[in-house]
Amino acid sequence: MNNKHYDAIIIGGGHNGLACAGYLAKAGKKVLVLEAAEQLGGLGATREFAPGFKASVAHTLPQLTNKLVNDLQLRKHGFELAANSLATVALSPAGQHITIANGEVQGASAADAESYQAYKRLLGRFADTMDATWHKTPPVMTDGGFKDASTLGMFGLKVRSLGKTDMREFMRMIFLPAQDMMDEFFETPLLKAALSWDYNVGNKLAPRSPNNAVLNQLLKMSGDMSGNGELPLPKGGVGGLINALAKSAKAYGAEIRTGSPVASVIVQDMQATGVSLENGESISANHIISNTDPKTSFFKLLGVQHLDVEFTQRINRLRMNGLVSKVHLALNAEPKFTGLNKANGRIIIAPTMQYIENAFDQAKYKGLGEDLALEVIVPSLHDNSLAEAGKHVVSIQVQYTPYDIAGGWDAHRSTLLENVIKTLEQYAPDIRSQIVASELLTPVDLEQQFRVTGGHWHHGEFAIDAWWMNRPAYGASQYKSPVAGFYNCGAGSHPGGGIMGAAGANAANYILKEEK
Amino acid sequence: MAKKYDAIVIGAGHNGLTNAAYLAKSGLNVLVVEKNDYIGGAAVSRELHPGWIYSNCSYVCSLLRQSIHRDLDLTRHGLMVVPYSGNTNFARNGDYIAEYHDHAMMYREYARHSKRDADASNRFYSDLMRYAKFIRHFMLRTPADPTSFKPRDISEMAFMAKKFLDMSEKDICEFIRFMTMSCGDFLDEYFENELIKTTLATSSIIGTALGVYSPGTAYVLLHHVMGDVDGAVGAWGLARGGMGAISNAIASALKEHGGEIMTNAPVDKIIVKNNKARGVALENGNEIYADIVVSNLDPKRTFTKIMNREDIPEDLHKKATNFKIRGSSGKVNIALNGMPDWPSMPKDHMLRNGSMQFLDTRDRMEKAYDDWKHGRWSEDPFIEMTQSSIWDPTHAAPGNYFVSCFIQYCPAEIEGGWTPEKREAFGETVINQISQYSPNFRDFIVHKEVRTPYEIENEVGLTEGNIFQGELTLDQLMFNRPFPGYSQYRGPAKGMYMCGSGSHPGGGVSSACGANAAREILLDLKRPNTVPKDDVDE
Amino acid sequence: MPLTIANLLKPEQIAHVPNGSLGSPFHERTSPLNFNQAWEEWNGFLAANYYRDEHLEYFSTRNTCGVLDVSPMNKYRFKGPDAEAMLNRMVTRDVTKHPVNTVQYNIWCTDAGRIIDDGTIFRLSQDEFMLTCAEPNMDWFQLAKVGFDHVDITDMSHELAALAIQGPTSCALLKAMGFKGIENAKPFDIVKFPYLDGEIMISRTGFTGDLGYELWIDPKNAIALWDDVFSTGKIFGVQPLGLESLEKARLEAGFLSPYVDFHPALHTMDKGNDHSPFEMALSWIVNFNKGHFTGRAALLKEKQAGKHRRLLKLDIEGNKAAESAILYRDAACQKQIGYVTSAMWSPVVKANIALGLVEGKYADGPIYAEVYHQKELRWIRKVCKCTKKTKPFWAPARAKQTPPADT
Repeated sequence: MNNKHYDAIIIGGGHNGLACAGYLAKAGKKVLVLEAAEQLGGLGATREFAPGFKASVAHTLPQLTNKLVNDLQLRKHGFELAANSLATVALSPAGQHITIANGEVQGASAADAESYQAYKRLLGRFADTMDATWHKTPPVMTDGGFKDASTLGMFGLKVRSLGKTDMREFMRMIFLPAQDMMDEFFETPLLKAALSWDYNVGNKLAPRSPNNAVLNQLLKMSGDMSGNGELPLPKGGVGGLINALAKSAKAYGAEIRTGSPVASVIVQDMQATGVSLENGESISANHIISNTDPKTSFFKLLGVQHLDVEFTQRINRLRMNGLVSKVHLALNAEPKFTGLNKANGRIIIAPTMQYIENAFDQAKYKGLGEDLALEVIVPSLHDNSLAEAGKHVVSIQVQYTPYDIAGGWDAHRSTLLENVIKTLEQYAPDIRSQIVASELLTPVDLEQQFRVTGGHWHHGEFAIDAWWMNRPAYGASQYKSPVAGFYNCGAGSHPGGGIMGAAGANAANYILKEEK
Repeated sequence: MAKKYDAIVIGAGHNGLTNAAYLAKSGLNVLVVEKNDYIGGAAVSRELHPGWIYSNCSYVCSLLRQSIHRDLDLTRHGLMVVPYSGNTNFARNGDYIAEYHDHAMMYREYARHSKRDADASNRFYSDLMRYAKFIRHFMLRTPADPTSFKPRDISEMAFMAKKFLDMSEKDICEFIRFMTMSCGDFLDEYFENELIKTTLATSSIIGTALGVYSPGTAYVLLHHVMGDVDGAVGAWGLARGGMGAISNAIASALKEHGGEIMTNAPVDKIIVKNNKARGVALENGNEIYADIVVSNLDPKRTFTKIMNREDIPEDLHKKATNFKIRGSSGKVNIALNGMPDWPSMPKDHMLRNGSMQFLDTRDRMEKAYDDWKHGRWSEDPFIEMTQSSIWDPTHAAPGNYFVSCFIQYCPAEIEGGWTPEKREAFGETVINQISQYSPNFRDFIVHKEVRTPYEIENEVGLTEGNIFQGELTLDQLMFNRPFPGYSQYRGPAKGMYMCGSGSHPGGGVSSACGANAAREILLDLKRPNTVPKDDVDE
Repeated sequence: MPLTIANLLKPEQIAHVPNGSLGSPFHERTSPLNFNQAWEEWNGFLAANYYRDEHLEYFSTRNTCGVLDVSPMNKYRFKGPDAEAMLNRMVTRDVTKHPVNTVQYNIWCTDAGRIIDDGTIFRLSQDEFMLTCAEPNMDWFQLAKVGFDHVDITDMSHELAALAIQGPTSCALLKAMGFKGIENAKPFDIVKFPYLDGEIMISRTGFTGDLGYELWIDPKNAIALWDDVFSTGKIFGVQPLGLESLEKARLEAGFLSPYVDFHPALHTMDKGNDHSPFEMALSWIVNFNKGHFTGRAALLKEKQAGKHRRLLKLDIEGNKAAESAILYRDAACQKQIGYVTSAMWSPVVKANIALGLVEGKYADGPIYAEVYHQKELRWIRKVCKCTKKTKPFWAPARAKQTPPADT
């Protein structure tokens, strides 16, 4: 029995939970992190998916900020990048690949190369504007006024300071679907498809979907580890970051227990006072902070008997069915893509936006398309810790693969894997013969293995209707919940998903501020 | 032509006529020029087959501002708006869900499909009406420019904030969600029965190049319920005499105030000199002069066709080019010489008199949209078939009927372009779907008019045949409509204005765009305002 | 999937909505008694406004006994191990302390603590409840069920016929019908008896504030029950009762009516037009000691602020019913402070009674009603002083006595 009392218990040792633990411990709080799995990190954990081959489900760090890294002294604890910035490579079936690197587009038309500068400038300004929101507790209305109105005011000021022209574009473009954004700037179909990728990936969105795509793109640009909003690749997979976060939290005095699934949150007199573990143990704390997704937090851990009906409905209606599968391939040699010297960038396989839209259309009806859109990274080209010398790991995001596929995933697993390999073969003809092992993680696998409802990356759709004051829902957008002492710090809370740590940091700051 | 007018309005659509009427009412000397030999634009009644009067474009109205109807004395000018309801949506097996005006009947009809949904419908409509109530305040107001520090814009923003805060904090959060969601997702938060959900989703796609699952369609639903008939918010009405009765009544009011209308007068260019509007040059070479020129044409047509490139700033040209005005709908207008049978419906059932629809799942609606995305007309289309002439004896002789079918989706551009054969095939698709529920429907057809976006564009002048003069997505609404910086009805040149539904508050036969533009023109001329305040929700 | 005409259902295979309301299970008996066929629609059923003489019917609830067909009431069954927990979290009273075979009046509120509806909960066993209410509520119940996997909610409105037997001779009548020991049933008790070929459930409940019972039975035995009540009841002065009489009786008892005294929160569009239980003088059923329930946090805040409006029982000067009257702080009608929600001349109390909703800060001060009434079409305005009452206008001792007297 553990009879110790903690200031805070964090349920879930994902990156947000660890960040939250780090900040709280740094402030002198007595913190315990409870992770259900044997390994920390959740979707960020680097796992050996085949003997000698390692990968993490999340693979890059576009949202990570230097502030978090510095605040928690992560470099001291072993965090480093394997590559500062991955180029994005749009593979063309005809071999006319397009590369976006160092803020330049190569391989598309001259007009597009020029437009890209205007596009980059404008989006960069928008991303700066949104920066006023990501790292702060969202404002809420109370009794006709606004709590944390300064955040609202600061955001308003940021929008204003864009100047008339860009402010107008901001208020218009924020609602545009990726396709319209692309059409307004560019002419090369392949470039449009590649650039549209980040607008939609991980959500129930496709190039033609309005309202939420630009917000997703701007969230992807929230990090500052590499210039130009490009993709940093962590050493040792995202697990490298996880290890540093864990070490940092421990160094600040936090305790971390793995293999300790929480059964429920203990509520006494309408106040969360502790947790019961699945092994029967009870541990008490002043703050119970859940890094799990909102449905797990409120339905499984807390229990709706402690919540009001409408609030419960707001959590219940969250759209949490994931659409992305992850494929890890273990190769016995370096993969060769036709027309590409080295596959050391982030490769997008989607010749046109219509191609992506078609894949999405299949998924809308719970089906699986033959033509799948892929994001492919070969992290082992930058990082020798993932596979033995000469051998390689391919990390692939696959869209769109519906969580609730008709007939269940068991009937579709082999088809999906085969379709992915077939798609890859069109660009890397030898790849099939190089594969020594593979792992497929469908949204259902992600749900089961990582305890993420619906297998949704972002712990729920990231959309304007589920953003800021509405993330995860009215009544819980400020990390605290309707039940005193119970908090959320996962991607289901503001600012959302991605390996960002901001939800964890914001939650910790909120709790520390609340105590004052 | 020597005569010079105070103002010229290009296009005799209902908004152009409304705009002209209010300018004339203030004492200006106004001319409306119209390319067709008839007036009304898309609010017309035309005898396309001897003995049958067709509302061949718009076919029902709800958004028409009652305050304008009253202020312009349109009843005396021949307009009567009659409430219309009674929609039936058929499931594949012939069962259906019907809409009844009577609340108890409506409840029982829902309840026979789902008791829970019958209860939920009360909650659904309360929530929807709460949002409608908010948005209705802004129909007859000019959108504020949020980038401006002018007192007028600041006070308009403050008005909006005040109306916003009239809602509870929870409702504000819910409203923000609602405005950006898909109608498909929104309905899932209330209902369990697919037929009910599909039927309620109808208005979320009409006129829109989006599917029922596209984010943003919940607003389109709201756009269709924010109107009213005699204060019954969300109700729809018929104009007795067809939709042309609206245009004719406004034209009559305009003439009474001394305005003139010239038909068969297509405009070639707006004449701009020294960045000031000077008049219009007609296609026949005549020039007519005025210091005020108002375009009722859609923004794309206005800025890319009838204005010289050098008269507009480069950024505006780009905005006009990027403006989303997508053709997504077609019409099949039919003259019947008898009442077809509907075998699954009891004989002489009142529902036979109402509108009819034939899609029973949102997936079928969405697939109809997928066809459009691929440049095809929908194989299994969404049809809203309105048998208005049963309620309006002026459409055809007793026993004869005019039936308006509004169809989605139908692309403006298809592979190889539209041909008469393809147009016929599109019409056949529609008749086939109806015939699946009414075997002898075809036998009563004496004439039909099939209109794809191609015909709508070429006859009415709406780019791509878009019925709203531009998509109703948030990037093109309120201060973004038609483009940021141009939402207050003023064009790039001094004295040049926009009054079509490409401007705020958008599509639908509302007269609000025309009236709002008139208010702005009179403000610029420092003349007393003649446009009434709206009488919403006293 | 090809579609052909042949696949369509025939009209007779479709359950078209009936034109017109359904008769209740007692309709065969109630219809001939309804002299003017004066019906109104109630949850899809025909309900009598009055039968022969509304005034006489009303007095039967106070003098002999009146019989009201309450079959159109919405009746829901909550069954399963989670039923208690689910209901306890939904309503404001403590369901865990609700004994089996008793009835509790209850309300349920939104998260903001605004009343959605009121109704009565019958605890039929440890894990089975019946909830009756005037308005349909399935939508809310299903929302309230989310997270409680082991409870089934079914709409049993059509499974049970119900009669309310209300008035001083009601107990005597039931005894005469052979329901032995019914006199020992205390208010809000439930007693079951074998009856005809099945069972009858009798609850000592009602909506008149007088001695009274409600009888719940399988619809197939409804007619036989009616005949039994009326043949046995002849000597007890039994009368059929319409909704107009009920409306009078409930107002005298100080009971609330949805859409009359309060606007159900889920269907209220404007902020502030719905109501909290404190406003409706229902603080006595808001149990802050039972643990969490929906609306608790908001209600606690409201209670502590203490600024809420208050529904007052008013005795109004004169004898003209103050229907729709605006309430003022002063006789000059300068300061408007509220409005009347229900009003009537009470024939038994001989008082001009009303319920009025008044802004909190004026509730303890003077109140005047601006009453309009008509004399031969001519409208007359008068300002009447109001006296506040703390007790129900009509609350006879017999309503609470066990066993009650026979008359």
